[in-house]
Amino acid sequence: MMAPRPVYPPGRLSLHAWRRRTNALALTLSVAAMGFGLFWLGWILWETLRLGLAGMALSLFTQVTPAPNDAGGLANAIVGSLSMVALATAVGTPIGMLAGIYLVEYRPRGALAAATRFVNDILLSAPSIVIGLFIFEAVVAPMGGFSGWAGAAALALIVIPVVLRTTENTLKLVPAELREAAYALGAPKWRVILAITLRAARAGVVTGVLLAVARIAGETAPLLFTALNNQFWASDLAHPTASLPVVIFQFAMSPYENWQHLAWAGVLLITLAVLGLNILARALARGR
Amino acid sequence: MPHSSAPPSAIEVRSTPKISVRQLNFHYGKFHALKNIDLDIPTHQVTAFIGPSGCGKSTLLRVFNRMFELYPDQRAQGQVLLDGEDLLARTHDVALLRAKIGMVFQKPTPFPMSIYDNIAFGVRLFERLSLADMDERVEWALRKAALWDEVKDKLEQSGASLSGGQQQRLCIARGIAVQPEVLLLDEPCSALDPISTARIEELMAELKSEYTVVIVTHNMQQAARCSDYTAYMYLGELIEFGATERMFFKPRRKETEDYITGRFG
Amino acid sequence: MPSVERHQPARSANTGAAGAVADRIFAGITCAAALLALGLLGAIMLTLVAGAWPAIRAFGLGFVASAVWDPAQQQFGGLVMIYGTLATSLIALLIAVPVSFGIALFLTELSPTWLKRPLGTAIELLAAIPSIVYGMWGLLVFAPILSSYVQQPLQRSLGDVPLLGALVSGPPVGIGILSAGIILSIMVIPFIASVMRDVFELTPKLLKESAYGLGATTWEVMSQVVLPYTRSGVIGGIMLGLGRALGETMAVTFVIGNMNQLKSPSMFEAANSITSTLANEFAEASPGLHQASLIYLGLVLFFITFVVLAGSRLMLARLARSEGART
Repeated sequence: MMAPRPVYPPGRLSLHAWRRRTNALALTLSVAAMGFGLFWLGWILWETLRLGLAGMALSLFTQVTPAPNDAGGLANAIVGSLSMVALATAVGTPIGMLAGIYLVEYRPRGALAAATRFVNDILLSAPSIVIGLFIFEAVVAPMGGFSGWAGAAALALIVIPVVLRTTENTLKLVPAELREAAYALGAPKWRVILAITLRAARAGVVTGVLLAVARIAGETAPLLFTALNNQFWASDLAHPTASLPVVIFQFAMSPYENWQHLAWAGVLLITLAVLGLNILARALARGR
Repeated sequence: MPHSSAPPSAIEVRSTPKISVRQLNFHYGKFHALKNIDLDIPTHQVTAFIGPSGCGKSTLLRVFNRMFELYPDQRAQGQVLLDGEDLLARTHDVALLRAKIGMVFQKPTPFPMSIYDNIAFGVRLFERLSLADMDERVEWALRKAALWDEVKDKLEQSGASLSGGQQQRLCIARGIAVQPEVLLLDEPCSALDPISTARIEELMAELKSEYTVVIVTHNMQQAARCSDYTAYMYLGELIEFGATERMFFKPRRKETEDYITGRFG
Repeated sequence: MPSVERHQPARSANTGAAGAVADRIFAGITCAAALLALGLLGAIMLTLVAGAWPAIRAFGLGFVASAVWDPAQQQFGGLVMIYGTLATSLIALLIAVPVSFGIALFLTELSPTWLKRPLGTAIELLAAIPSIVYGMWGLLVFAPILSSYVQQPLQRSLGDVPLLGALVSGPPVGIGILSAGIILSIMVIPFIASVMRDVFELTPKLLKESAYGLGATTWEVMSQVVLPYTRSGVIGGIMLGLGRALGETMAVTFVIGNMNQLKSPSMFEAANSITSTLANEFAEASPGLHQASLIYLGLVLFFITFVVLAGSRLMLARLARSEGART
């Protein structure tokens, strides 16, 4: 055996003091980072609440968007947003769900599944304004004009990856025994999937849909050159359609005070809706 | 089961105790995992903790280096004296304590760095060595752990590239390199093949000349082969403690005998 | 089974055949949905290339190196916007990465158990807030405060210093590259922090205990053992955040100032990013070269984010693979 067993080196304690200080500093900074994150959340929510509540009024829901320095509300924007979000969810959800079912129940392995997962992950975080460009080229230009249909299509493309991902993740959690028990009764695969597997994964899938709705309810960029905007009621989705986020964008950037007030009220509405949906989705996911 | 547990036979322990446990109780949340443990761990000997799983032997080991403090719902009450000083006292610095009491775990845990840095990691925490001194220390620790000849040409390779048995010896070398006084081994061979196990057992016999070794094992033959003292624990209590030979040939308590002869349960 | 067939042959055969057909139809539908999801990416790329084609033909790859953007002269180059996008995202990462690491460290090592979930949720809610809210808040609340408490003091103290003075020049309204970067950082913190937290929690307990067992402090365990162990996951998380920052539109559009300039190096000078240019100009752009150039910009953005997000995905998959091999 070589080197003797030395007594503790004299440097040990001073080095130790320095290490302890470094550790204390790092941990303090970590707490500060947490505080930093919470601080912005609190500040943004507080300002939204403070400035939004000032503009809250019943007329928001009954009157259409006004001209500058005129009285009015956000009714057309709210209805436009609701109808486009509803349509997009109605179209995007089944596609995302079916694709998720395919990835779990029919082709969990292989190049096709891997490629679909990869593409889906990219789309999940892809810039939404690019989706707007795509729909502009694919829908608005051929149809000869901006329309609520185009806006809904853009939003639907954002719904698909969100629902696909959550459907896949929750279906994977359904125990194999449950499927086997249903097959053992002689049920065909499609019935097993729809009646047993999907039902067992219901809460997870609903969570995914709620998150998708929350996501598109606040999206502005993909609507800017698809649904465009409309100061009045759009008779149907074949015309340019106002949406809450786009109206907020237009009003907030304007110098008119009444428009800015309306924009803050709109921001509060959207924030409440989106955060409410998120918290609901989380509560649902946790309830499982 | 009878609760009039006989006091651990202190007469058998001739060398001075390195660690003395006094009235130690331990809780995981509401679960009472160790009950009134009294025990003296002799210096420069190998002491084995045996008992069925869940008996508290690993828990006791993890009190000695206060590893349990990482988990907020775990609490220890009582005294654990290291050379007469209560290591559970709040004033006792936990990092310095762990430098004196090294630990090796059930599974090899090479750090995500080179073999050399795995050894140097712990040393750098407590000492500023010149490059040459550090090289010497790394070699010394690897030789002690009987690993030097196998890795001397690939010190820059990742620790994860070694075999399981080599990784475990690397972890022992890493523990030794800090020059602790006590080495805690928590089922160190449970993930290893018989040949690697034999090497680690040989190693323990060599190490005890300089270190106090405490090993938790579920393998009775292992305890019989390589320990000087054995403690048998059951359901959080210390049932019997004594020289290994005596424990295995003439257990004083029926429970110990049942466990050792395999009539347990 | 044979007995069932013998007693009810007709019914059994009937449901069997119909079931098989229905099964095939259902499988076909789900497969079509998956192919649709798969084909979307390619469709987006092809459509953008087709839309940008006039601009690609007119300016070629030199588009990304030219700073001229002049609709009147039909001359277009994307350098100003590409610079704006990259600069704002870089500032965002400079702030968000250390903060996210701190948050992840807090959530995995320091937080009491009962606080972990509420605090984690609060940070994740930062990602749920719509970007239009960040934008409006940034323009009307944050920018004025940044101007009076950061920009103007900096200008007073550094204004006459060469080089540094130029970095902080600009009208005292608090908008520009820096505010856009700061707001982007708040928006991407939740993405980076939650990936970091998740991969830190993947670290085997025994590995951490081994380092603690040698007497390492929490900071040493995190920075020297956990961080190297989870490196590819951490990089994946950072790239995910970068992908988000590059493509963020509304928050940037509100606060970047929307001015095509590259002359001033100031962090407080109005600028433009790819997304803000698209948001402001596209709906009004005349069909032809102007529109095609904007789509070209979108194509460049999509390409950059694709590379970044694909890299993120690969890094995260690598960590998952080595995790799988280990256990």
